[in-house]
Order: sequence, then structure tokens, then C-alpha cells
Amino acid sequence: MNTASKTQAVSNPNRRLISLSSLLPWAFAALFLLCLPLVFQSSAALTIMNQMAITIVFALSYNMLLGQGGMLSFGHAVYMGLGGFFAMHVMNMVEYDGLWLPLPLLPVVGGLFGMTFAFLIGSFSTRRAGTVFAMISLGVGELIAACSIIIVVFFGGEEGISGDRTMGPEVLGYDFAAQSEVYYLTVIWLLVATVLMYLFSRTPIGRIANAVRDNEERAEFLGYSQRHVRWMSFIASGFFAGVAGSLFAINFEILTEENLNLATSGSILLITFLGGVGFFVGPIIGAIVFTLLQTVLGLYTEIWALYLGILFVSCVMFFPGGFAGIIAMHRRPLALGKLNLLVGPYLKVAIPAITSVLSLAAVLEISFHKRHSFGDDHEMSLYGITFDSHGYQALGFAIVIAAISLFLVSRILPSIKAAWDEANHAGDAQ
Amino acid sequence: MTVPAIELRNLEKSFGLAKIIQGVNLKIEKGERHAVIGPNGAGKSTLFNLITGRFAPTSGGVYLHGEDVSGMQPFEINRRGLSRSFQITNIFPNMTVFENIRCGLLWTMGYKYSFWHMINGQRDVTEKAEQILEEINLTARRDLLAGTLAYAEQRALEIGITIAGGADIILLDEPCAGMSHSETDLIVDLIRKVTEDKTLMIVEHDMGVIFDLADKISVLVYGEIIESDVPDAVRASAKVKEAYLGTTLEEEDA
Ligand SMILES: Nc1ncnc2c1ncn2[C@@H]1O[C@H](COP(=O)(O)OP(=O)(O)OP(=O)(O)O)[C@@H](O)[C@H]1O
Ligand SMILES: [Mg+2]
Repeated sequence: MNTASKTQAVSNPNRRLISLSSLLPWAFAALFLLCLPLVFQSSAALTIMNQMAITIVFALSYNMLLGQGGMLSFGHAVYMGLGGFFAMHVMNMVEYDGLWLPLPLLPVVGGLFGMTFAFLIGSFSTRRAGTVFAMISLGVGELIAACSIIIVVFFGGEEGISGDRTMGPEVLGYDFAAQSEVYYLTVIWLLVATVLMYLFSRTPIGRIANAVRDNEERAEFLGYSQRHVRWMSFIASGFFAGVAGSLFAINFEILTEENLNLATSGSILLITFLGGVGFFVGPIIGAIVFTLLQTVLGLYTEIWALYLGILFVSCVMFFPGGFAGIIAMHRRPLALGKLNLLVGPYLKVAIPAITSVLSLAAVLEISFHKRHSFGDDHEMSLYGITFDSHGYQALGFAIVIAAISLFLVSRILPSIKAAWDEANHAGDAQ
Repeated sequence: MTVPAIELRNLEKSFGLAKIIQGVNLKIEKGERHAVIGPNGAGKSTLFNLITGRFAPTSGGVYLHGEDVSGMQPFEINRRGLSRSFQITNIFPNMTVFENIRCGLLWTMGYKYSFWHMINGQRDVTEKAEQILEEINLTARRDLLAGTLAYAEQRALEIGITIAGGADIILLDEPCAGMSHSETDLIVDLIRKVTEDKTLMIVEHDMGVIFDLADKISVLVYGEIIESDVPDAVRASAKVKEAYLGTTLEEEDA
């Protein structure tokens, strides 16, 4: 009786395919995204948000490989780039050859091209996982990037190829000349692609992809060809990468070699890892944080890429679950009702931690300024303070502050660890 | 004469110069519970690996219901109705216990590579998986990650995954290894229950288990089958006593 009623309770939530509680986050996200332009109206803000949306789609498609399928790719930009280049050519066919295609459907075309290449390349690259897959992805990435410089007719050489998104038939009276119209097009595609990728992860093939990632050999003894499972994930991932590429083509109306080179492939790996490969939302968080760092931090400092590198390395070393993993770590304390135990220690460490980050950044910035300023431009301003970057006072001051705050952090860490253990401990305090 | 469920003809396997399986001939009838025993390193697991496609034979053939499957991939052999467990636990450690079982079900329940079904919406799969969890006594562990289970529980899960798909030929490689007496009893009951009307091939060191379960026993020594008969005949065989069993059997009798 007991077990029977328990089984009932467990299977009940599965009865309705779409329950209200699972729909709510999506509806909320959609509403949020659609209202966002009311707050951020400037063209620059819209561009950043579009960039973010494109990166999210790209990162989610990448995580279909890395997080869900266990395939570490060093060449995923190939599928986004090729999807984008084909989309751009189709856009030009709309303009010059009278091809009838409403702009909002262009991502389907780009997606199909991305998918076609994933089908072809995946046919041999997904044979094995692990190092073999990684090396093939790297080789193919290098090959396509080299082709993009050689085959000028298609890739446009160093200048790349460009187009005009406004030449297609109008849709509901919009011609997509305005940035805000493009924003809505991008965001709707972001939602559609995200929902589809989420649903994919919950199909039989999506779950078997997890199984193959976990233990490819065991899956073979359950009737599944590990190679076919990987190949199918790869094809699906190629489609969404192509969608991201098309959205890029629509937004920026230009594609260059940079869209499919190894640097872009590397940064999508970084973004996805930073966000957290073990969670569906991980790549979304990663894409948002990365785009903000790149654009906002990029306004203030030339060495933003250095900070990003440091962030990435520390994430790999200390938080391999990424941002999403850090959030997920707090689920257990929350479930135990002990999250409040962590608030105090977190607040206590916040000030020295922020100070140490800022002062270490100051050390880097001052050293950079000293080496790279023109002639005798010794004046530098940081955090609203103007000083002489070539003297020893400023640098020394920053180093001393950094040392003190780091020392304080190291003193507080044990108490955080203790609070953490206690918050994760079921039952009353010992 | 019916076609045997498993037939091995002159099966040989060498790793480099080492001949591990040296000409095995064996027929296992449909519905038979067949035990393979033999000392450590005799080649029992290797024999399983040859039958299930993990290794390709050096020479000779493996036939399932009369069809030559030698050289096929494991997934092709599995689709022909053969499922196996492993001596060293082989599960999906980062997925939940429930999902582990479900992975064992999906192919045979016809979902295959489907991307047009929502997996949680398939009641037939959910119910079957929960029924198997009940059978292997892991309902209480349903939502834990399989890698966090205790050893004995992982062994039970290993068997659960193996039998989930309802294959009609089941191969179990030392299902009771490293288990306590009470755990062993549970597993043996389970094996008996889930392999009803099925063909079972089992490797086991525990003689109690063997004589309890098996209709027939083959004794493998240095890659050769030296005896293959009903339990009483094997027990009585001078050849077996001399080569391997001897003392163990007398202890069992006492
Ligand atoms: N992949 C392999 N490469 C080389 N040698 C192997 C391989 N697999 C097994 N062997 C060798 O084959 C022999 C038989 O191994 P096998 O695992 O089949 O024995 P077993 O009868 O299952 O023993 P146990 O009772 O210890 O499980 C051993 O000597 C082993 O070292
Ligand atoms: Mg063995």
C-alpha cells in the first residue's frame, strides 16, 4: 500500500505533458525580453542585447555537444559561421535575384545549412568521443577557416561579405530597418530556439545522449550505437548554430572570417564552461555575463580579455560547475532552510573580496599604463582618482591594499567553510 | 531438434600471443539456465565478451537462435534480444537510478532515436521503469544519482538495467561478487524471478548460487570447456574434481 501510493505520487506530475509550473518560467522570460526595449531604448543597448541573444543561442547549441553529449568541440564556430555565410548569400539573392523570402524565416535557411554541414562532418567526426573528436573538430575548424580566406567568391576574403536585410517582403508592415524591429525578430528566435533545445534534451534521444556521455560502452549494450547517438546530437546542434549564424547575419549585415575561426570556437567553449555545462541554463548565464564583460568592461579597460582569462582559469580550478553550478550548490541549504546561515559570512567576506579584486585589477592597470602610455603621459585615472602611473606610490599602494584584503579574505574563508558545512548538514546544529 | 538460443562453434580468442579461449563448443537451449564456472583467469568474462560483441573472435563463430552474430557490434547483438551485466559495475553514474533503468527500456519499447516524444510524458516507460525499481528494491533510491549508491545497490541496479529491456537471453557476469549472504539471497531470488522463461547464462564463483540456479553447468579451465552437464553429473565428474572443484564441493555437501 505504502509503496503503491508512493509510486502514484511520483508518476502523477508526468500525467499532464505541459504543466503550469513548467510553463511559468518561459512565459516570464518571454515577457521580460519583450519589455526590455522599453527600458533600454538606445541603439547601442539594443545591439548589446541582440549580441547577447545570438550568443545564448550559439552557447546553448554548443552545450548540446559538451554538456549533454560529452563532446568537447574546438571548432563549433564552423557551423555558426557557415550557417551565417549561407544566410547572407540567401539574403543577397532576395535583394538581387528576386527570391521571395521573408526575413524572419532566414534563420531556418541558415539552420538547415548548419545542419547539412554537421551531418557531413559529423559522419566521421562523431565516430569516437574524447580526444579523437576534439582533434577532428580542431582540424576541421582550421581547415574551414583556411578555406574562408582562399575561397574569395563565397567568403569574400578579408572583407567578408555583406548584405541588406531590408530588401525582402515586408512582414506585418515591418521592413526591419529599425534596430528595435530586429530586436524583436532576434528575441522571438531566441525563445523558439531555446524552447526547442530544451525540449530536445527531454526526448528519448536527448536522454540517451546523456547516457552515452556518461558511459558510452554501456549504452551500446542497451541497443544504442554511441556513434549514431552522437551524430544525431551533432546534427541538431549544427542546426541551432546555423540559426545563431543567421541571426548574426541579420543583425550585423556582414560576416567575415572571424565568424568561423578558432578564436570564436574557443570563446564559445569558454562562455559555455563559465556558465556551467551541467545545467540547461548554464550557457545562458555564461553568454549574458560574457557579453556584458566584453562590452561594458571593454569600455573601461583595454585588458578586459586578460580579466576574462583569469576568470576562466579560476572557474575551472575552483568552480568547475560554472555560475549555474554555484547557484545549484545552494539548493540543498535552501531545501534545509539554512540559507540564512550563509548570509552573514558572505557579507563579511564581500568587502575584502571586492577590495582585493579591485586592487589587483589596479595593479594590472597601473603596470599596463606604465608600459603602454605614449611618451611622457604619466597621468592616469582609476576609480575616479587621478595619479601618476609612473611613480612607485600608486603601484605600491595598490599592492599593499591587495595584500591586506587578500589576507583578510584568507582569514574569513575558514568561517565560510564551517558555515557551509553546517548549512549542508541535515538536522540541528551540533 | 530446436535451434539453440546460443551456440558457440570452435570459438577462439587470442590477445597477442596469449590464447585465452581455445576452441570452445557449446550449445545452450532456449529457456535453459546455464552456469559457467572456472578458476580466476580461466576466460569466463572473455567468453561473455565474445558472445556479446565486446570483442571479435579470433576464429570460430557465435550463433544466436541460429544466426551468425560474430563480428557484430554490441548494439546489434543487443537488438537481437541479448542483454548482459558486467563483472565490474557498469552503470550511468551521473544519471538518477530511475533514468538508468529507463535507458535500459527505451530501445526495446520502440522509442529508439525518437526526438518527437517527450520522455516524461510516456506513461508506459515510466510505469515499466518504476515496476523494475520495485523488483530490484530500489524504489526508495529512485531520484539519487546512481554513482552515489552503495556497492550492493549498484550491483542490483546493474542487473535492473540488464533485464529492463526484456531481452530473452540474459548473461550475468558474477552478479553476486562481493555481496553478503543476505544480499546474495535477495539477488538470487531476483535473478530467478526476472529470468523466468528466459535463457540465462551466468558466471559465478559462489557454488551455492550455482547449484541453486543452474540447469546445466560448464566448467571452463584455461580457455577450454572440460565438462558441460547437469549439476549432479558435474559434481560427480572426476575430471572436474581434479582440475578445479574438489574441496569446494565437499564443503558444500557438508
Ligand atoms: N583485453 C584484454 N587484453 C589482454 N588480455 C586480456 C584481456 N582481457 C582478458 N585478458 C586476459 O585473459 C585472461 C582471462 O581473463 P577473464 O577476465 O576472461 O577471466 P575470468 O575467467 O573472467 O576471471 P575472473 O574469475 O577473475 O573474473 C586473463 O589472463 C586476462 O589477463
Ligand atoms: Mg571475469
